[in-house]
Amino acid sequence: MNNHDHRSAQVKTPSIYPTKTKAQITIIFFIVIGFYLYSMVKTQQEMVGGFNNAISNMWNVMLKFFPPNLEVIGAVWPPMATTIQMAIIATTIATILTIPLALLSAQNITTSKPLYYTTRTILNILRTIPDLVLAVIFVGLFGIGVLPGILALIVFSLGILAKLISETIEAVDMNPLEAMRASGANSIQMIAYGLVPQVLPQFTSFVLYVLELNIRASVVLGLVGAGGIGLILDQQLGFYNYPNAMTIILVIFVVVLTIEYISNKIREALI
Amino acid sequence: MNTQTLPPKPKVSIWKKIKRALIVLIIIAIYVWTFVGIEIEWDRALERISRNFGVVIPKLLSPDWSQLGKVSASMLETIFIAFAGTFMAAILALPLGFLAAQNMSGSKFIAGIGKWILSAIRAFPNLILAILFVVAVGVNAFAGVLAIAIGSIGMLGKLYSEVVESIDMKIVEAMEATGANKIQILFYGYLPQIIPEFLSYAIYRFEIDIRASSILGLVGAGGIGTMILFAANNREWNEMGLILLAIIIVVTVIDFFSARIRRKIV
Amino acid sequence: MIEFKNVGLVYPNGTEGLKNINVKINDGEFVVIVGLSGAGKSTFIRSINRLVTPTSGTLLVDNEDILQYRGKKLRELRTKIGMIFQNYNLVKRSNVLKNVLAGRLGHTGTLRSIFGMYKKEDIALAYESLKRVNIADKIYNRADELSGGQQQRVSIARVLTQKPSYILADEPVASLDPPTSHQVMTYLKKINKEDNITTIVNLHFIDMAMEYADRIIGMRAGEIVFDGPASEVNEKTFEQIYGRTIREDDLRGEAEKVEQP
Repeated sequence: MNNHDHRSAQVKTPSIYPTKTKAQITIIFFIVIGFYLYSMVKTQQEMVGGFNNAISNMWNVMLKFFPPNLEVIGAVWPPMATTIQMAIIATTIATILTIPLALLSAQNITTSKPLYYTTRTILNILRTIPDLVLAVIFVGLFGIGVLPGILALIVFSLGILAKLISETIEAVDMNPLEAMRASGANSIQMIAYGLVPQVLPQFTSFVLYVLELNIRASVVLGLVGAGGIGLILDQQLGFYNYPNAMTIILVIFVVVLTIEYISNKIREALI
Repeated sequence: MNTQTLPPKPKVSIWKKIKRALIVLIIIAIYVWTFVGIEIEWDRALERISRNFGVVIPKLLSPDWSQLGKVSASMLETIFIAFAGTFMAAILALPLGFLAAQNMSGSKFIAGIGKWILSAIRAFPNLILAILFVVAVGVNAFAGVLAIAIGSIGMLGKLYSEVVESIDMKIVEAMEATGANKIQILFYGYLPQIIPEFLSYAIYRFEIDIRASSILGLVGAGGIGTMILFAANNREWNEMGLILLAIIIVVTVIDFFSARIRRKIV
Repeated sequence: MIEFKNVGLVYPNGTEGLKNINVKINDGEFVVIVGLSGAGKSTFIRSINRLVTPTSGTLLVDNEDILQYRGKKLRELRTKIGMIFQNYNLVKRSNVLKNVLAGRLGHTGTLRSIFGMYKKEDIALAYESLKRVNIADKIYNRADELSGGQQQRVSIARVLTQKPSYILADEPVASLDPPTSHQVMTYLKKINKEDNITTIVNLHFIDMAMEYADRIIGMRAGEIVFDGPASEVNEKTFEQIYGRTIREDDLRGEAEKVEQP
């Protein structure tokens, strides 16, 4: 933890290292450890039986999940498909909505300071709210179903996507846009001809990344009634039907890994 | 203009054309599958929203301050869960990170196994881990700590291994040349290069874990998520407003300080 | 015709870019502006197509005060003034044809241009322009696959496609080696003569200025300190303009005549 020690060794000033800094590092180190121990105690307060009991208990419970009941795979697939469909729809809509938002929150395109800061702030706030909390609220508004799930995913991915893409836009070479302006092009033409070709590969890559995130997120949305496979996982766990639950978890695992693999391959080809 | 010659058409090989057509077809197929498959009950949803919108939104925007004490305590527990979980992960990810780094494990095969384990861990959504741990250790915050810890190992281990793989071996060689032993090389050659970045990643992961641990309560793994669940079930939207506000503030503050600390370290 | 009448420009931070400029540039002239960097050459040139806006005086292009222009009127002005930049300013990921067609944007409707539906004449014109600068064989190459000199020729083709009455060139050869520099200047001069396009070029290489210009304008600290035909100019004149003795790096150097267009 006391990294300054080692760094100083690297620059060959071992003995004249200021004792004050050393003391600071030590204090920070102990505060971190102390806070950790306190957190451990606090979080274990309501636990019955203590830590060692938990470990052996955990093993026993894990065993209950095995072997997974593979016969239910057929029944697991339709909700899994719904989950993927939700993620695809949400990503598509978020991608469309991102375009104006990303332009508005890119400093080199949006020259109006108030407009820029307003969009930035809204996006920053959006990003602080976890996806599932959004889902809870949308379920409250629309009732149980896939629609609140899709809406939660849209809002959640919008914050991330708009930020990533606005940063790409800010890193763009502005020279061609100046040349187009000098030849009488209007703003929309400048964006279509100068900006879009420069950001398109990154844009596609980020959209795929957000699709991955959305698939992961949509898997658990069902836990709060927002549609998809999470719902039946919750049911099976509620019935203590652990082998069935394990099958669901395995299907999720395989789907997430597969989509990650495909999306990685596409992204490698793009950049 | 005296001439009207158009440029020659670009030459595109037949394979490229087939490939392009195939990609378009696949994308169309995916979208057809998606929109045919999804079932949205628009009538019910629209009926609900027209009834709820005027009630829920105003309440969300006027937080119930009488719950401040409870919400703060719950938010504090969320921070404890995230901190303990990240700390555990930061330590546990060390051996895996070194194992998955090719220049340390020495063999492509072992590094491959390490990388596979890490990506397998990453494939589990945090909340699924939380469900498993709630079954194992009961409905309490410690299940959350374990879920966060295991969930974070995947990402931290991967980032650690990338740091280790980028170590400047010249410094290490120079030390070997001066006759330093293995332990000395570890402490003076490797660690100074990797510790700042390890720390920085761990702190970054803490940012993510704060968000993650605020929803663990939805499956009984402690923190403010528990209150979210109750507030949603009882339709206490004023209370939900305060919870939201608390999450937004805490996450923003932690992001801010974390970014500053990370900038200082690296 | 371009006419500056008492034109001055003060930047928001207080620096004076142009001080009381009075000059008239006649149709068909090939004018080279010389001066050290920071002398106001770039500000001068960019005032003409309003990439910067002078803060006082009157600037007439074809007998209209362009300082009052906004929106559509301003874009119309810019369509008849082509500009060439030091860094070519091409979209590196787009192919040459697309870059050249960008010169047509000001003449093309927004919807048409978004979907890339250019008129047949425009595409033919772009191809013709590329042929004129001898780079038609690279038409489907990506811009970043070309050398600096080739990229600058593409940017000349872009300007030609625009069918301008005026061409402004801001340090067009500063990033190129001597042979390519001469090649680019030769193309500019040739276009100026053949199409009778008034051309204004910023340069800081005095030998190139003397070789290609009809008329030389010298600038220092935002003011015009010399204005006369190139034939009247010698090293002494440049020492006066620069306010110091001439050095090696003020010269581009001779190049064996390459690829006479």
